[in-house]
Amino acid sequence: MTTAYRWELTKLRYQKRTYLGLGAAVLVPIIFAVAVSLRNGGPDDVAFGRYIHQTGFAIPLVLLLFGSIWMFPLITALVAGDIVASEDHNGTLKTILTRSLERGQIYGGKLLAVFTYTVAAIFLNGLTAVIAGGIVSGFNPLTSLSGTVVQPGRALLLIGGSLLVYLMPMLAIACIGLLLSTVTRNSAAAVVGTLMFSLLVQLVAILPGLGGAKPYLLSTQFDAWQGLLREPVDWQPIAHAAWVSPLYAVPALIAAYLVFLRRDVAGG
Amino acid sequence: MAQVPVEVRGLVKRYGDLVAVDHVDLTIEEGDVYGYLGPNGAGKTTSLRMMLGLIRPTAGSVRLFGRDPQLSVKALEGVAGFVEAPRFYPYLSARRNLELVAAFDGGDAPSRIDDALATVELTGRAGDKIGGYSHGMRQRLGIAGALLRNPRLLLLDEPATGLDPAGMRDMRALIRRLADGGMTVVLSSHIMAEVEELCNKVAIVRSGRIAYEGAISELKRTAGSGYRLRTTDDDRALAVCAAQPGVEDARLAHDGIHMNAEEAVAADLSIALVESGVGIVEMVRESATLEDLFFRLTEDEQAVAV
Repeated sequence: MTTAYRWELTKLRYQKRTYLGLGAAVLVPIIFAVAVSLRNGGPDDVAFGRYIHQTGFAIPLVLLLFGSIWMFPLITALVAGDIVASEDHNGTLKTILTRSLERGQIYGGKLLAVFTYTVAAIFLNGLTAVIAGGIVSGFNPLTSLSGTVVQPGRALLLIGGSLLVYLMPMLAIACIGLLLSTVTRNSAAAVVGTLMFSLLVQLVAILPGLGGAKPYLLSTQFDAWQGLLREPVDWQPIAHAAWVSPLYAVPALIAAYLVFLRRDVAGG
Repeated sequence: MAQVPVEVRGLVKRYGDLVAVDHVDLTIEEGDVYGYLGPNGAGKTTSLRMMLGLIRPTAGSVRLFGRDPQLSVKALEGVAGFVEAPRFYPYLSARRNLELVAAFDGGDAPSRIDDALATVELTGRAGDKIGGYSHGMRQRLGIAGALLRNPRLLLLDEPATGLDPAGMRDMRALIRRLADGGMTVVLSSHIMAEVEELCNKVAIVRSGRIAYEGAISELKRTAGSGYRLRTTDDDRALAVCAAQPGVEDARLAHDGIHMNAEEAVAADLSIALVESGVGIVEMVRESATLEDLFFRLTEDEQAVAV
């Protein structure tokens, strides 16, 4: 599987969409930081929105809030939705499936490559946001959601932790992208489908009468990291996300695995 | 006893109502250069895909050196080839594409890259991206990719299709060279001259079924022997032919009289013609080409279907 993984990464390195996704992950915080430096106001009605002029540490957190709507799902879907479908498009599945690696090993390599890309996108985004934010608003202490003051060193640690928590629903989105990529065999359909899924889940959350479902929606898990920014830390939403996110990820992974293992490679 | 390279039994592939491959049995032995001949849509590629484990048979079995490619790619050990046009990653160079498949092969496959590129004469273009390759270069790279596996059995699907005459000649020379080196080769084709030139055995398929399987020489022998006759008086000669016992199917065409006859009968006929005052200008043995046999076999089927 390490062979397949290594070569999946090589393939990603040679494809434009990888740089499109990672580029967006880097550019968005820079653009946001520049906008913050040019304007006095801020998104006061969201958590950390009113602090973006006081400390750069608020900027990655505001991006996490906004990014869950479509930016991060799109960045993830760009590669996750393509990773199997592009093989169909290029007709290369038959090329790699008639060598000495089992289908399961190739699937595993693809899954790991998608995860690697997703982790890279989230952390690149966070890192850029911290640096760009720090430059425009300073590396000053951050005010937590409980109103306490968090010193820069701990703020950095909490941001890192938040990114990790944020990865749980993100990786679930990646798994759904992989499933759609495997099933639709069409990159565009899989990318759009993944994005639609993510938007539909958010829609369900605001539908009247479905409030009871909200804790179990994937979109809700994108807010779990906020538990880390409370004093004391509220682990409940994080623990919740840790088992709800796999409820989405694991069935998608198993379904994609079975389809990939059993499918006829008749095209190309 | 050593396992035969390919043993296919009762192979069926159904897509809804369409039967793409219909109870195909094949036995391909060590050292065979085996032609898998049929018109487009006869199910050749589908059969090859099942042999390579790319698609699952509806029924029946494939064994490559005794192993089932449906269970594990381990069955493809010593087996290489491609179905339809070989495909590679367009955004990678030829060399990197070969490095990728060699890594997937494992073992000492990566050490064979240079030799394989040289064999297909692509060394000078190895650094170019596949996106800019011509069809012929991709076909050759496909062969190079197959050679990395150091195969004992090579499965090729219409390798000369789409090549220009020089490309076809080179491709055939390459296959000939590989076969002479002891490789067992399975070659699907709809080009009869190619199969006739390269192969010792042939399976002729029509609408998913095997119409004939065996040695080409045997097929030609069973097709009987024909003669073409030109005389000083073809009309009278035709009457003589009709009266001569053993002469069958005599008919007049623009280039003379065609007939089927055994050698001894032909000798008797020549005497009878001379005795009737007909001079023989030309009497030529016509061995059936694979093409004739192919059409005879495939068109009979259509006649039956109608």
